[in-house]
Amino acid sequence: MKQSITLGKVTRIIGISGFLETTKSLFTGKLGKEDFRNFLRKVIVPLASIVLFFGLWHLGAKTLFNIEAEYRINKALEEQGPEAAAQVEACIASGDISCQPNTLPSPSQVWDSYKTLLDDHYAISADKVAFKEKTAALNAQRIANGEAPIVYTGRPSFVDQILTSLKTVFAGFLLAFLIAVPIGIVIGLSKTLRSSVNWIIQIFKPVSPVVWLLLVFMIVKTLTKNSNADNAFIISFISVGLCSMWATLVNTAMGVSSVDKDYINVAKVLKLGPVQKIFKVILPSSLPLIFTGLRITLSVAWMVLIAIELLAQSPGLGSFVWEEFQNGAVDSNSKIIVAMFVIGLIGFLLDRIMLTIQKMISFNKND
Amino acid sequence: MVDRLVQVELENGIAYQEEAMLDLVNLKKVYPTPKGDYTVLEGLNLRIMKEEFVTIIGHSGCGKTTMLSMIAGLNNISGGAISVLGKHIKGPGPDRGVIFQAPSLMPWMTALQNVMLGVNQVFPHATKAQRTDIAKYYLQKVGLEDAFNKKATDLSQGMQQRVGIARAFAIKPKVLLLDEPFGMLDSLTRGELQDILIEIWNKEKITAVMITHDVDEAIFLADRVVMMTSGPKAKIGDILNIDFERPRTRKEVLEHDDYYKYRKHLIDFLEH
Repeated sequence: MKQSITLGKVTRIIGISGFLETTKSLFTGKLGKEDFRNFLRKVIVPLASIVLFFGLWHLGAKTLFNIEAEYRINKALEEQGPEAAAQVEACIASGDISCQPNTLPSPSQVWDSYKTLLDDHYAISADKVAFKEKTAALNAQRIANGEAPIVYTGRPSFVDQILTSLKTVFAGFLLAFLIAVPIGIVIGLSKTLRSSVNWIIQIFKPVSPVVWLLLVFMIVKTLTKNSNADNAFIISFISVGLCSMWATLVNTAMGVSSVDKDYINVAKVLKLGPVQKIFKVILPSSLPLIFTGLRITLSVAWMVLIAIELLAQSPGLGSFVWEEFQNGAVDSNSKIIVAMFVIGLIGFLLDRIMLTIQKMISFNKND
Repeated sequence: MVDRLVQVELENGIAYQEEAMLDLVNLKKVYPTPKGDYTVLEGLNLRIMKEEFVTIIGHSGCGKTTMLSMIAGLNNISGGAISVLGKHIKGPGPDRGVIFQAPSLMPWMTALQNVMLGVNQVFPHATKAQRTDIAKYYLQKVGLEDAFNKKATDLSQGMQQRVGIARAFAIKPKVLLLDEPFGMLDSLTRGELQDILIEIWNKEKITAVMITHDVDEAIFLADRVVMMTSGPKAKIGDILNIDFERPRTRKEVLEHDDYYKYRKHLIDFLEH
């Protein structure tokens, strides 16, 4: 019983409960006319759209593949004659990786790459465990002698890159939260302050992540001259925080400044002190707007993270994508598409988590 | 200090002193508009005695609510003075409890927490248990003993306004200000809440000033009905003493010979 409740919750959070419930009612045989329409709308249509999406993708990839292949054959024909052209054609048809056209990968290629990346991850994990076992005795000795232990310096797996990216995005989000919420509250409370800092917000809000990165780079580079801190990580998480904090800042200020006049009047009549007024009336009533801001902040943070990692050469999904692109191996393109889906799915999950928290704290049931 | 002891002499010759609770002297309110100043109230004088229940009626927009929020201290005074027990008011304060037109409960708090918000403020030296008892007592009085821990948003409009009544009485104000508190309710709920209000009031005898649009409500609840002239420059037009004995029941009031006389008086005033 308990399990089914939690399952129901999970599916509702992910947003597929309609789908599952309708499918269930199909199998339990309680299907009226209205249910049938629901079934059509919530099950058949989404499934059809998924099939259509992959179908179009497959066809598109095939067309692009053919264009590329034809170009190669024609080029061989012009430069080296018909014999070479036939050779290239045969090579392409045989599926030999040395002469495959490099273009948009098909769904099946992407799926293969996904499996490759997963196998790669297992291999690297096993390698790490083996390394740890091998160096355990030595490291214990080194620590006893006051020396730094030997750490694994091998290539990170795809999953490691995802975890690194998540770490960076949470650090950035936390930074944005710590900066934007207090400042937002302060400028929300004071009209004078609001109008005096408004220009900063309006000017810096639309600045591109790339420029933020450069700005942070200028400052952090100088500040960390004499330390061996992880510069790339610091730069990327600060940039992520600075890019994404604006939504929270603006929403917090707006929430705090637009508290229902009735509540303020009640606070005035009861003569609540400033601290009580802020914590008992103003903050709770602006919490929904603050959370809306935080939700936007998190999704912006995740979106700009990829670009920033890519530029800052900080490990993570962004640099994974960039390295694969630079790499130009046969399966590089399909690995990039895998990364694309992973980025999208994680972004979606993060948003859902925020939405759930937002719903939990929202006092207005109609929201 | 305003002299607040008033000599009252009854028809049978017995004289005694009565204490004035609330004094409005030459009250004036001016709102600046782009087309020049707009005078809402001018030369408004009203004295309300201790333990008196006064209802105020008048046409929409005549400045009733402006007057009430000035007494509450939520609106600045442009001229004249307001004093409570002879002391000029400075801004809002818990000596004047307000029941707003909208219940104005904090929606993120439970009914009990909403009442406690004021109680904590007014009785800071009481123990937590004592304060909780006060809040619970008044919630029981308004018939919400089963809803202490319900969120304000889970209560109906009428229930929310009950919490509003409990919140106002629980801070034990000197003056209770009611700004059309039942205006948003359906007539059945309104009747229920009038009964609850008058029941608590009979016990606490807190000087009350209530704005209403409802002539029957005005007569049923009040010792005096104050009629305001239409704005701009509204002032007190007429005052009607309601001499029904307390405690009153709705049935008694409706069947009383004077009821229709009072009613006619008020309606005649409003229609002219």
